[in-house]
Amino acid sequence: MTFPTPTGAFAALAPITLSIPQGRFVSLIGPSGCGKSTIFNIIAGLLEPTSGRVLIDGVDATGTIGRVGYMLQKDLLLPWRTVLDNVVLGMEIQSVPLRLARERALPLLHRYGLSGFESLYPSALSGGMRQRAALLRTLLFDTDVILLDEPFGALDAQTKLQMQEWLMALWSDFGKTVLFVTHDVEEAIYLSDELHVMGTRPGRIIASIPVHLPRPRRRTSALAPEFLTIKERCLQLLDVNLSPSAPVNAAA
Amino acid sequence: MTTVQDTPTLGDMSALQQVRSGEDAPTLTLPRERGTENRPARHLPVQKDWPAWALVLAQTGILVGAIGGWELGARFGVIDQFFWSQPSAIFHTLTIFFTSGDAWTDIGFTFRSTIFGFLLGTTAGSLLGLSFWWSRNYAAVVQPYIICFESIPKLALAPLVILVFGIGLSSKVAIAMALTIVVSTLTTYAGVKALDPDGEKLFYSLGATRMQVFRKLVVPFCLPWIISVLRVNIGLALTGAIVGEFIASQHGLGRAILYAGQTYDIALVWVAVLVLSTLAVVMYATVSWLESMLRKGVRQ
Repeated sequence: MTFPTPTGAFAALAPITLSIPQGRFVSLIGPSGCGKSTIFNIIAGLLEPTSGRVLIDGVDATGTIGRVGYMLQKDLLLPWRTVLDNVVLGMEIQSVPLRLARERALPLLHRYGLSGFESLYPSALSGGMRQRAALLRTLLFDTDVILLDEPFGALDAQTKLQMQEWLMALWSDFGKTVLFVTHDVEEAIYLSDELHVMGTRPGRIIASIPVHLPRPRRRTSALAPEFLTIKERCLQLLDVNLSPSAPVNAAA
Repeated sequence: MTTVQDTPTLGDMSALQQVRSGEDAPTLTLPRERGTENRPARHLPVQKDWPAWALVLAQTGILVGAIGGWELGARFGVIDQFFWSQPSAIFHTLTIFFTSGDAWTDIGFTFRSTIFGFLLGTTAGSLLGLSFWWSRNYAAVVQPYIICFESIPKLALAPLVILVFGIGLSSKVAIAMALTIVVSTLTTYAGVKALDPDGEKLFYSLGATRMQVFRKLVVPFCLPWIISVLRVNIGLALTGAIVGEFIASQHGLGRAILYAGQTYDIALVWVAVLVLSTLAVVMYATVSWLESMLRKGVRQ
């Protein structure tokens, strides 16, 4: 998948080329305003890039919606639908008959920690559960590529760890290509095959770091020398990038 | 893994009350801070609830007292019977109104014009409000006109409406509709504006068409707004119908009130007002019930 995406006038993004191999877990990290969400919106077809293209499997998908699964920061569960009916939304929009969609969704809800919740309304769920439902909705939309925009950003530290494990299990079961945005360096290293560190004004990729830690990973992987080296490098990159941009921010 | 959040309880407060009310309850002693010795000891104000029968007794007491006082006052000349009539006379007129008058025709007429006006106004207003979602440009163009129409005292147009629609049912329906449509439009539009753009983004990222977003997101999202005006609108529709009848009509409770007033039949005025109030209460209760049913269905 290649997408060089320079955006005009405001130049939110400098020309960027990213190619993501199939089945990989790739993270984007960077400070706020570096254009991570812009990239996602362009890939999802919600923003038309001023120039550049989005190629999925070599096919031009620029400006077309419904090609990739996109999970936004908020869970955006519809309060008037039960968890099950929220999860089947993607299939419903793609005109899969409702009964069939429910039949396909139900075993997944049972398998991935939402059993017993399927007929509840989202208001009865905790933050972690809501994120699970939102993620399952994205997965059941059944696209090869999935974009996750800080899915665990609003969760408490403990739930976040649980959700990371859960996501790993899900990813290895489904074998999807995942693009993951986060602020959390440790989270990015722990989950990814490759990291792209981004800088601001204009948004650009300042470093691409492969993560060769063996899978399945365990929490103790965070103590491995390689993990720490990558973490240090990332923190340096983010820090170095922050200081010169500070006066620019003040001027604007 | 379930984390069902507990709602905060008033445990602390009830414990406090217990300490105060129970004689041999354990006492809690806290070290005093210096300089706070002179602070007055205040207690949590506690309001004791009356039993249900006492509340009903008080309520009926007021009613019986008022009507009894009115009747006695009228008999002993404290209250002028000519202007205020008296309960016994009103009751007498009420029986005549229902046995020999055209009570049911009047009630039916007012009821019909109110319901038609309510349904038409609410439906048209909600649809109009929802239609603004489809185009920001269209909404921007039309909105000033809606605001304008809202600020016009619509009842002032009533004579014109009667001229155009005649003195029959349709003119009353039109006035009732004019009163309700704006409220529904503006409230529904407020719902449309409160829509989270990220919700639309989610739908579009799933490849939805505009019609799908409208049907599966916009309409259910705005339903609570639409429902919330039902009670207001039933009152407005009734007002519209009555004003229409005041101006020119052959039937209706509004016409009955006007007619009775012009012929100095004050007891009949009261009777018509009483019947009208009953009608209003019945319709209001029905709509409230409908609203709670719909809310349950909508779950928000």
